Amino acid sequence: MTVDIQLRVNGKQCQSAVEPRLLLVHYLRDVLGLTGTHVGCETSICGACTVLLDGKAVKSCTLLAVQAAGSEITTIEGLAASQKGNGNGAAANGALHAVQEGFWEKHGLQCGFCTPGMILTAVDLLQRNKNPNEAEIRAALSGNLCRCTGYQHIVEAVQYAAKKMSARKPLKAAASSGRSR
Amino acid sequence: MTTTFIGKPLKRKEDPRLIQGISHYVDDFNLAGMHYAAFLRSPYAHAKIRSVDLSKARRASGVVLALSGADVDGAIQPVPCAAQIPDMKSGARPVLARDRVLFVGEAVAVVVATDRYSARDALDLIEVDYEPLTPVVNPEKAIAKGAAPLHPGQKDNIAFKWELEGGDLKAAFKSADKIIKQRIVNQRLIPVPIETRGVLADYQPGEGQLTVWSATQIPHLLRTQIASMLNFPETQVHVVAPEVGGGFGSKLNVYPEEALVAYLAIQLGKPVKWTESRRENFQATIHGRDQIDDFEVAVKKDGTILGLRCHVIADLGAYYQLLTPLIPTLTGLMMTGCYKIPAARMEITGVFTNKMATDAYRGAGRPEATYLIERVMDIVAAELKKDPVEIRRKNFPQPKDFPYATPTGLIYDSGDYQKALDLALKVADYKKLRQDQARLRKQGRYMGIGVSTYVEICGMGPSSAMPAGGWESATVRVEPTGRVAVMTGSSPHGQGQETSFAQMGADILGIDPSQIQVVHGDTSIVPYGIGTFGSRATAVGGTAVYKSLQKVKDKLARIAAHILEAKPERMVFADGKIFAKESPKKSVAFGQAVSAAYVAKTLPADMEPGLEATTFFEPANFTYPFGTHICVVEIDAETGDVKIVRYVAVDDCGNVINPLLVEGQVQGGIVQSVGQAIFEEAVYDEQGQLITGELMDYALPRASDMCWIETERTVTPTPVNPLGVKGVGEAGTIGATPALAGAVADALAPFGIHHVDMPFKREKMWQLMHKNGRRVQ
Repeated sequence: MTVDIQLRVNGKQCQSAVEPRLLLVHYLRDVLGLTGTHVGCETSICGACTVLLDGKAVKSCTLLAVQAAGSEITTIEGLAASQKGNGNGAAANGALHAVQEGFWEKHGLQCGFCTPGMILTAVDLLQRNKNPNEAEIRAALSGNLCRCTGYQHIVEAVQYAAKKMSARKPLKAAASSGRSR
Repeated sequence: MTTTFIGKPLKRKEDPRLIQGISHYVDDFNLAGMHYAAFLRSPYAHAKIRSVDLSKARRASGVVLALSGADVDGAIQPVPCAAQIPDMKSGARPVLARDRVLFVGEAVAVVVATDRYSARDALDLIEVDYEPLTPVVNPEKAIAKGAAPLHPGQKDNIAFKWELEGGDLKAAFKSADKIIKQRIVNQRLIPVPIETRGVLADYQPGEGQLTVWSATQIPHLLRTQIASMLNFPETQVHVVAPEVGGGFGSKLNVYPEEALVAYLAIQLGKPVKWTESRRENFQATIHGRDQIDDFEVAVKKDGTILGLRCHVIADLGAYYQLLTPLIPTLTGLMMTGCYKIPAARMEITGVFTNKMATDAYRGAGRPEATYLIERVMDIVAAELKKDPVEIRRKNFPQPKDFPYATPTGLIYDSGDYQKALDLALKVADYKKLRQDQARLRKQGRYMGIGVSTYVEICGMGPSSAMPAGGWESATVRVEPTGRVAVMTGSSPHGQGQETSFAQMGADILGIDPSQIQVVHGDTSIVPYGIGTFGSRATAVGGTAVYKSLQKVKDKLARIAAHILEAKPERMVFADGKIFAKESPKKSVAFGQAVSAAYVAKTLPADMEPGLEATTFFEPANFTYPFGTHICVVEIDAETGDVKIVRYVAVDDCGNVINPLLVEGQVQGGIVQSVGQAIFEEAVYDEQGQLITGELMDYALPRASDMCWIETERTVTPTPVNPLGVKGVGEAGTIGATPALAGAVADALAPFGIHHVDMPFKREKMWQLMHKNGRRVQ
């Protein structure tokens, strides 16, 4: 038995017939081929599978694909393009979201497996709180586990991104050429 | 050589692909016609298998193959163990259980289906008739008289006994003013890389070519072992370690699934993928630590340590994995730590129990050693009512004592332990911390200060002391366009050598790091190598890279000198040019000299064309990084919560190629130690069930559990390799745990406590501070 679902993923309309039990993370990875979203624990603890669902960070390993029907999903592959001013072809031309840039600048990753989820959780935080302090960053990241970095460089990466994002002036012309939401 | 890039905190070359989610871990590969494997695992810790009925599973939708142990008996050799100890008993693990299971999670059958979900569904249709047997879970009970042996035909559960003695122990204990005894436990841990294991295998029958992608730290050793286990020609086996999402030693192994998935791909003629679930990762990927240490230390009144003896019960689990028996012996070698202890003795009893095997987990035997000796120092200080810093300082070897020979037979290469200690004390303002502590104690608050001065054994290592070769390889090839490929036998999986090795190449060849591509993890491209573990990739692998770069540079110098009509030994490499030191204006472009090597019309008469060099570097000794960690905790008497208030780490890993990467390794290691100290413990119940079998029941440290780590370095280069680098991958997990334990014991000193076993969970702390529900005063 399959169910028809429609949703937008990284700005593209997707239509699929899926088993009702298919996890969202497997839909993204195995059906759409977006393998930047990782599976770390299957129990919502580690956060490696974090994506943005209608702009909010969710763990895609414990959501069914059918639950995401009608929603708008952003995965790590589509993050750069989702940032105003970057444009649709952002990933292809190597443009980065400010949070991705922060992770690179501050050595916020080692093996990189938790990184997509960490980055999307940080994006969610910075949407809600433009200038978080260290404790707020640590609290926001506490649902994402990293076994390599010890988190300190990740905290610095988020601080870097917050600073960069608040310094950036809205680019009207560029924003209008970006993805409409 | 000018050092434009070496020593600088360059951003990583690895990162752009990782932060965009566009690179590939094993599970990210999708091959045409790919099938999925799933394993049925034992729910019993100890049972006989009467029968396995696969008939229903074989008929299930999407299933193409289902096999039990009987089906592969003789076709696949057991899991290899590279470590050999005289008179050790056999503990070989079959790839699928045959007539008995010895731990919860042992694979009993495998199913292959057209998709992930069908493969998992079919596991529920397999009927296994088990006859449960009494499990042996506690290692002390396992070796008590009358305990039934796990392995049929063996007389008891003692896998091996190992001992090591140096110096005059009898005299040491005879002349002691005081002998202090204590039992300390180093609990069982689960490595938990965030990427679980995974294997993908593809077989091309026409070419007879088997390709295996595996989340491994040792692609070449794995290739050799897969070839041996399957009796398949090694020349036709191609192993790839793609992006690997953390290892920490748990992927420094050879697992049944790696051989089985390859076997299934050959049988089916289809690509087969298996991705480990987190529960499987807890049950069936190696565990770490698990030692019970009983020590006795002989001391003088002034705090001089005269001798140390220790008996270790090492819980090995049910079977040997690749290095299982070796790990506790490393504890023996490092038992005297960074102190001048003239006599020492270690006895190890390796014990079989109905649990998953223990093996190398970040630090592998050395965190246990450092924990042992640092607890010894703290307990001695407490018993003699002396400051733990002074006890340590008193027993340090002096810088002039290096190379320093330990009674356990090691030669420490270089060190200045006082310097690292002094710097840490200064950064932490130790004196003030003690004043704060006294003030807070008067207010009924429990602050503790822990100091750990550690030395570790790294850069593994000379082949004479390693089970499967301790050298490393590197090939440097400059392509005709001038791009440089550095192919390393190391297999980094987060450590960042794509960047640090490029920094070395850039400085040696006078070019930009962006012109250098570091390649690793592919046995068809990279010469045979050993892999990444034991803090060896830079000290051993980096040296091989350095030597190959030098060989290529020497050849380019001769070519350039020939073109410039100058002397090769006068050639300087800088800014993409090669020129004689005395006439920098007359130069050959780097690319021009490279091109000459391939076009081969203007080479010196006796020179072969091409531009490639390979080195197999064999180190003469291990390296011995060291440092001082200071941890300050406060324990909340109402909740038992241990809060880390400050953390100061001074590490000395010799020369540094990229300080950003060193910083990352140190911080990560420290937080992994916080995990062992406060949160983590693999718990098996009396029936041998792993009751901490998921991340829901096994807590890892989170971002919110840490304070800011203050790091500093001292630099004492090693004479063991030309780079002077020692290695830093495990320093954090080795140096930090004792600092945390020392801090907690120190905080509890007002309760008359000198030692508490880890993990320092809230309930345990609260119980120690309360009696009959009231605070102990």
